[in-house]
Amino acid sequence: MSRSVPREVQVIERIAETATVFTLRVRFTDSRICRAYAFHPGQFNMLYLHGAGEIPISIVSDPEDEFALDHTIRAVGRVSQALAQVQPGDRLGLRGPFGRGWPLTQAIGNDVVILTGGLGCAPAVSAIHFIANRRAQYGHLNIIQGVRHADDMIWQARYKAWAQLPDTEVLLAADEAGTHWSGYLGHVTDLIENARFDPKNTIAMICGPELMMHNGVIELLKSGVPDDAIYLSIERNMHCAKGHCGHCQLGPHFVCRDGPVFNYADIRPWFAKAGI
Amino acid sequence: MCATVAVDPLAGFLPHSQLPALLHALHETGYRCIGPQARDGAIVFDELQDTADLPWGLIDVQEPGRYRLTEATSRRAFAWANGPQAIKPWVFQAHEPQWTAQRNAQGHIRFEAVHVAPQATAILGVRACDLAALQIQDCHFAGSRERDAAYLARRDHLLLIGIHCARSADTCFCVSTGDGPAIDRGADLILGEIDEGLIVSACSTAARRIFRLLPLERVRPEQWAMLRQEVTNNAGSQRRALPSQDLRNLLYAKLDSPHWSTIAERCLSCGNCTAVCPTCFCHQETDTSTLNGEWVTHAREWDSCFSDQHAHLAGLEIRSEVHLRYRQWLLHKLGTWHEQYGRSGCVGCGRCITWCPVGIDLTEEISAFSSEETST
Amino acid sequence: MAKITLPSRSRVAVHKFSSCDGCQLAFLNAGNDLLTLAERVQFVHFAEAGISAPIDTNVDIAFVEGSISTAEDETRIAVIRAHSRYLVAIGACATSGGVQALRNLGRGHDWLAEVYPNPDQIDSLDAACPVSDYVRVDLELWGCPVSERQLFAAIAALLGHVAPKEHNDALCMACKARGSVCVLVTRDEPCMGPLTRTGCGALCPDFGRACYGCFGPSRNANHLSWGARMREFGVTPESIVRRFHMINSGAQDCLDAGDTWRGFCHNPKIDGPSKS
Repeated sequence: MSRSVPREVQVIERIAETATVFTLRVRFTDSRICRAYAFHPGQFNMLYLHGAGEIPISIVSDPEDEFALDHTIRAVGRVSQALAQVQPGDRLGLRGPFGRGWPLTQAIGNDVVILTGGLGCAPAVSAIHFIANRRAQYGHLNIIQGVRHADDMIWQARYKAWAQLPDTEVLLAADEAGTHWSGYLGHVTDLIENARFDPKNTIAMICGPELMMHNGVIELLKSGVPDDAIYLSIERNMHCAKGHCGHCQLGPHFVCRDGPVFNYADIRPWFAKAGI
Repeated sequence: MCATVAVDPLAGFLPHSQLPALLHALHETGYRCIGPQARDGAIVFDELQDTADLPWGLIDVQEPGRYRLTEATSRRAFAWANGPQAIKPWVFQAHEPQWTAQRNAQGHIRFEAVHVAPQATAILGVRACDLAALQIQDCHFAGSRERDAAYLARRDHLLLIGIHCARSADTCFCVSTGDGPAIDRGADLILGEIDEGLIVSACSTAARRIFRLLPLERVRPEQWAMLRQEVTNNAGSQRRALPSQDLRNLLYAKLDSPHWSTIAERCLSCGNCTAVCPTCFCHQETDTSTLNGEWVTHAREWDSCFSDQHAHLAGLEIRSEVHLRYRQWLLHKLGTWHEQYGRSGCVGCGRCITWCPVGIDLTEEISAFSSEETST
Repeated sequence: MAKITLPSRSRVAVHKFSSCDGCQLAFLNAGNDLLTLAERVQFVHFAEAGISAPIDTNVDIAFVEGSISTAEDETRIAVIRAHSRYLVAIGACATSGGVQALRNLGRGHDWLAEVYPNPDQIDSLDAACPVSDYVRVDLELWGCPVSERQLFAAIAALLGHVAPKEHNDALCMACKARGSVCVLVTRDEPCMGPLTRTGCGALCPDFGRACYGCFGPSRNANHLSWGARMREFGVTPESIVRRFHMINSGAQDCLDAGDTWRGFCHNPKIDGPSKS
């Protein structure tokens, strides 16, 4: 119903995560739409800023939070830099949710590896919320997040809280860090060998820069996780979010419609290939 | 589409002198008529007011990067093969507003869909390849759960008057793609032209209404024979071809071939091939704001995989180099299209060859990749 | 341009340097849009419209037309830059040096004696240069002249606190979208559309005339391949050089292309790059 034309949302809160990363907490101004809206972790919305345009942003909040939707954004592009100036009370447009999310049903009864890099942690957060709320249904949960510099590590309090969940491992890495860094110093994918999972009964969910995801896949395969148990969230240019505009193609796949979360086995020929 | 004309026992014959009756019948039944006309040295489709404006006695001479109109030996209206545009601009428009946003003084935004109210439109002179392309675009814009409202509205208001091709341009290769030169589906009315006039078949309810208004004569067997002979001869005359098999494996095996860079030395990255391609569907969405910031119109506009921003991500340029853009175009058109729509995205119209300013010929490039394969 | 911040009623200046005044006309020709603009911004300097202020007046946006050609230009542009929050170069002269940059290619100072009765009264720099050669430029709008649509789209974006969209693609896309018939393919015209930045609305080809590149080079312009095609049409290398060294000879791509083709001019054996 709100897929072709945006619906108005109001910004309830703007949280500065780092100098360039911020979270917009928004709520539909029409309460009927608010009630009807439901998303699956890993899906995304098209956020519209008046006069600037639309951009795809993954939904970060807990799917059971009926009050508001969180979008964590890095101010890097034309629209995202303009969005960075938005203040509580401002109105935006929202279309969505779009795409296929994380395989949370398939993952029931399995160990879970959530491997993220940089702001790739954002699309995985709602999956973590989802699992945390149904903790008993899943096996061992490994949350592995890496950043280029320790200063880019957002949501440290959340990671601390998740580490307290039963049967849960939180492993953090930074390529570079100051003296106060207590996590691992090095590539995030190195931490896979420290994670606890039964490779034959594991679902891995990866999101981050393509090179990092590529290395993550290699490590997971090495550790014995089958290729069809690995899921990746892919980022591409998107305009329509409906599989029509053609910008987001990854080989034969329209990332907006067939993804953004893909089973690795389905995209293997096209993944991490220059120019695809 | 196929290589031979099927005989329709219910068809009628319309002498060239009676062609105005067809235009009249269309107008009587509420259609505006878009038809081929010679303009600025090419066959273009535009509103047809008078059948005298049809390109009588003209044919097109096409080769890579070159298009000329010239006098034909016979005085037919449809002896030409094609022009730079197919039906695409009439359904998937170059610029189509999608919705508007109005922000009031309090900052509240009101969004409204733009509904198009198309006029019933008959397109006269549609080729088999263009009908095949339209079917592909139907799959893309209207075939899944997500339907493009403007495309659907425009599509639903079309009456398609197809014409068998009795002559191919040098750049045509529809026989090899299985999309022509004869029409067997997709059109409402099908015409076949011989020197004296047109054999007319009605294939839809809407078409039968028009058909009944025409001063038709009985089709003589020799007229059928003439038409069938011409179309069959035409099919045999095409010199260009694409291999009929799915080219996915070939192209996928060639992802790292140096030949892409050889093509890129010639490619201007101008996007003409994609603009004239009847199946290319890429578009960008743009916002145009009034100066006071109150109104924004969100529209979709044609885009191209050759454009600068097509695969742009903040911080990651996926296809910054021209050889990767050309590879994307060919890999998609002839390869991954199969997985998306169950067939190749090429209908053999040859427009991308003719309207490429430097005459890059995809059939030649495919041959180059194929021979590269056999030589290694 | 990154983050745009402007006050609710911006102060705007329109400055003229070495130029024909044609780009400023885009403001004056805008009709109702000019009236709307005058409500949204305060024009503090716009000599052609009869408004003037000292050059060291602080403004939010300075639009600059013309090349830097004299010592006085050089001093004045530095002052304007220092007192402007955003500086927008408008038109070919300001973005590439324009027609007057042709003197950079020849014996500019020798010509003075041929043209002026008292050449010693002429006080110009050795070269006519784009504004960006002297000061930081926030946005460049190309064209000879700029189009109203392009100028007002940029202004609307800036006033909406958004970086204007860049348009670097070749003109051909706009020409085809208009339904114009290609003059290069149908008439062997030396149309520069495939090499030229879009923005004019494909004005010349729409009137059956070849594009002569007044909007400057598009990104990824392939002048060698285009020139080789022109040679097939019988265009001489000298004539190809002149097409690159014309309105935007000061743009690096045009300068280089012209220089490359000049190398093919006087060697009877070399006819330009051969086509594979």
